Amino acid sequence: MADDLIAIASIIFLGAVGYIFGSLGQRRHYRSIVQREAQYRDILVFNEKLPPAEFAGQDFALVCGSVVMGGDYFRQILAALKMIFGGRLGSFEAMLDRGRREAILRMKAEARRKGARAIFNVRLETSTLSSAERNNKGGLPCMELIAYGTAWCAPSGAEKRAS
Amino acid sequence: MATNTSGITLSNIEHFPGYVITRHLGLVQGSTVRAKHVGRDIMAGLKNIVGGELKGYTELLNESRREALSRMQAQALAVGANAVINVRFSTANIAAGAAEILAYGTAVVIQREA
Repeated sequence: MADDLIAIASIIFLGAVGYIFGSLGQRRHYRSIVQREAQYRDILVFNEKLPPAEFAGQDFALVCGSVVMGGDYFRQILAALKMIFGGRLGSFEAMLDRGRREAILRMKAEARRKGARAIFNVRLETSTLSSAERNNKGGLPCMELIAYGTAWCAPSGAEKRAS
Repeated sequence: MATNTSGITLSNIEHFPGYVITRHLGLVQGSTVRAKHVGRDIMAGLKNIVGGELKGYTELLNESRREALSRMQAQALAVGANAVINVRFSTANIAAGAAEILAYGTAVVIQREA
């Protein structure tokens, strides 16, 4: 009986901590994402394979950004309840959206360090990290989001046009 | 051409305007299997209560990816290539707490069009 109470109390406590700090963290993360997206807007990102002819002969390099995101305890409980009825799981959507935008931003940051202006053939990948064994024990979701592509330096003509 | 320390250029594209591929040298690959160490696992477990980025794992996977890429570059260097094109990544969970990162691509000799 006492054990049950402790178990329930710890679920409520962890849920509350997860909800409060999770929401704060999410809001802060979104603010930083929006700010950095504005900062890196000049680096163009395409998922087409071939850069246009004006990039011919320019320097290129592989760039990659990745992030591992975990879900929070409260939203995990909510999602488990929601899965009974089906429908969209907003908390997981937010987690994946944040992670993917963060991965793209890190890829853009690497492109800027390499002096590139555009990234072509961008691919987004998602993989699950929490193993089946941990899931059986009620493990929380843990996803890796990767963005990679080929960064190209600006054609000399474009730099002249921009300045 | 943008190169890194090993002198092998990487790209996930297979045709390059302004460049010609003079030789194809076949598939090269690099992989690494890493386990998250217990300390990191515990920290990630705690971080999992509030959600958000798990920095320990991000770092671990970035290190592993660099390792996989550099092994692939070493193979490319050994066959006499100067670039690896059409690079693909793949991540697999092989056991609880261990992940394999694999990078593969085609080794080529590439040069600017005269």
